[in-house]
Amino acid sequence: MTSGKTLALTLLGAKGRWRMWEFALWLVAIAATFLLPSQLLILTEVAILALFAVSLDLILGYAGIVSLGHTAFFGLGAYAAGILARDYVTEPVTGLVFAGLVSGLFGLATSFLVLRGSDLTRLMTTFGVAMLLAELGNQMAWLTGGADGLSGISMSPILGLFEFDLWGRNGYIYCLAVLIVLTFIARRIVNSPFGLSLMAIKRNPRRAAMLGISPKRRIVVIYAISAAYAGMAGALLTQTTSFVSPDVLAFHRSADVLLVLVIGGAGYLYGGIFGAIIFTLLRDWLSVATPQYWMFWIGLILVAIVMIGRERLTGWPALLARSLRGKSEPAGKETP
Amino acid sequence: MITRRHFMASAAAIAMLSVAAPSFAADTVKIGLILPMTGPFASTGRQVEAGVRAYMALNGDTAGGKKVEIVLRDDAGTADQTRRIAQELVVNDKVSMLMGFGLTPLAMAVAPVISQAKVPAIITSATTSAIMSKSDFFVRTSMAGPQSAVPVATWAVQNGLKRVVTLVTDYGPGHDIEKGFTDQFKKDGGEIVEAVRVPLQNPDFAPFLQRVRDAKPDAVFVFVPAGVGSLFMKQFVDRGLADAGIKLIATGDVTDDDLLGAIGDPALGVITGHFYSAAHDSPENKAFVQQVKDSAKMRANFMAVGGFDAMHLAYAALAKTNGDTDGTKLINAMKGMEWTSPRGPISIDPATRDIVQDIYIRKVEKKDGELYNVEFSTFKKIHDPFVAK
Repeated sequence: MTSGKTLALTLLGAKGRWRMWEFALWLVAIAATFLLPSQLLILTEVAILALFAVSLDLILGYAGIVSLGHTAFFGLGAYAAGILARDYVTEPVTGLVFAGLVSGLFGLATSFLVLRGSDLTRLMTTFGVAMLLAELGNQMAWLTGGADGLSGISMSPILGLFEFDLWGRNGYIYCLAVLIVLTFIARRIVNSPFGLSLMAIKRNPRRAAMLGISPKRRIVVIYAISAAYAGMAGALLTQTTSFVSPDVLAFHRSADVLLVLVIGGAGYLYGGIFGAIIFTLLRDWLSVATPQYWMFWIGLILVAIVMIGRERLTGWPALLARSLRGKSEPAGKETP
Repeated sequence: MITRRHFMASAAAIAMLSVAAPSFAADTVKIGLILPMTGPFASTGRQVEAGVRAYMALNGDTAGGKKVEIVLRDDAGTADQTRRIAQELVVNDKVSMLMGFGLTPLAMAVAPVISQAKVPAIITSATTSAIMSKSDFFVRTSMAGPQSAVPVATWAVQNGLKRVVTLVTDYGPGHDIEKGFTDQFKKDGGEIVEAVRVPLQNPDFAPFLQRVRDAKPDAVFVFVPAGVGSLFMKQFVDRGLADAGIKLIATGDVTDDDLLGAIGDPALGVITGHFYSAAHDSPENKAFVQQVKDSAKMRANFMAVGGFDAMHLAYAALAKTNGDTDGTKLINAMKGMEWTSPRGPISIDPATRDIVQDIYIRKVEKKDGELYNVEFSTFKKIHDPFVAK
């Protein structure tokens, strides 16, 4: 499949069509609620990381903005949801929307920083914003609990009906539902004319501008949407753990989510989801097997993934789709 | 080993008595040990694990008639990992107790889980005062808030150090220690010339030490996390504060036993207050230090003794309940427990579930070619200064 043909297909909107493996993925994820009752906590973590990675994919994969500080929005959402739950409203969905709004607005405010400069400047500014927030979170102990973290959150049942249980069942269903809904919306966004214009900007901003597409306004919009997504992922983390640790703003989270996207492949939304599944399960499995040395093994495996899959990295979706389309039971081995 | 006859017998027993004790068929008690084994706080994890293993090596693996099994998991110092692992250990592995928690947020994160599941959690490392009130199922064997700082204040005033600058790392435990020291120091008639706070990330102490030097105090009181103690000591010497006649007094974190060798001679003569020194003179401590040295190839520090005592507390509680693993019974058994630890006599305050222990004033000296914190003065039975009284 040549890139010209892919582009043509994209432009024709065929990319927006639903694939079999997408349905299969979500069915497996839903089935996991019943089939893997003892693994729901780790699956919750996968769902949250996946949503976070999807949010990064929106700007990295579609608008070509490299960010080393995406956790700024994740952490802000986590704190927003935490503070709201501690002091005002304990209902999770309200907190989710609130966190999305707060992070989205912050994304809007800081989006003007990523309009300027090249990739390297963007790396530095996004990184800087995240560092600033991390230090603010540490210093404003009266609001955030400082280095001790934000505790004393007790969530009320979801929509007043479903309580967060110790087995993590309702927590998982909640996170999965949010992930599904938000992925569907993201899908609509990237397959709309707006999404296509973003990809045009990613390929060549100057040419896009010549064609009458204003890069700035579009980047501002997608950056704010992405920030809102990350904020909601942060809110999910707060709500399922009833605690906000200062490390939600730590650098390693930005690095992890970038890694997740690299593993899964950027630019087709599901990369974040597959990446999150692989990364979390690998990390969990290795850290149980060797609590002291798992970082060595995960490092080795990640290097191997990138080395072996380097040429195919951007071609993974096509490859995946092609290999899965031939089988009757698709996506089974990729999902838990 | 469970033979078929055993199984039949227990099945029959269940049928006859129709009791549903959660730990019925299990002759094993599982303890979930959650520690940062990787990442910046890996040294804490290594030490605590060494302490836990040393206790089991010295005291066997049965308590209250049950076999004790440790399930070690790494949380890499990330709070949401700690929380998930704790939840999984409780739900899937059916652990009867949790143990570990390297930092305050990591302990805080599990509070909702242990309250809901009614599983006792023994804190081996995190020290802030605020943790204990978050759940009735927390017990602590490390240190209660600024326990180690308060006696240093008293000692300083008694020894003619009246004008002091405080220098602490700018995060929760640092603030606790600064306040604990300052309150006591002022009460005893000392004067705080200046309070300096150093950022937690990438500390460069040079400009702060210059401020200390310019203030010309009798002494500087220091708290920094154990890891950066050696960096601090090096810069302290480089800046010539000792030559300017400024004495260094600190909490034991600065002259951590594990790092003292690496700090080297600049540490000689530093006065610190702490609850544990590897040089503590008692048969319990000699056995403990030797065991850690033999099995883990390192010198035991205050983190290791936290793990060691956590295991003692778990064993003693199990013995007291005759192997009953009901969380509420275990936590009640732990309250008021007293024993002689390698660090000296300690007890668990029945009201706060926090540790009550002696704090020693020590001086770094050379013994048999190695540096040690040699204890020369003892403050008996110190409570958490923020909670007690």
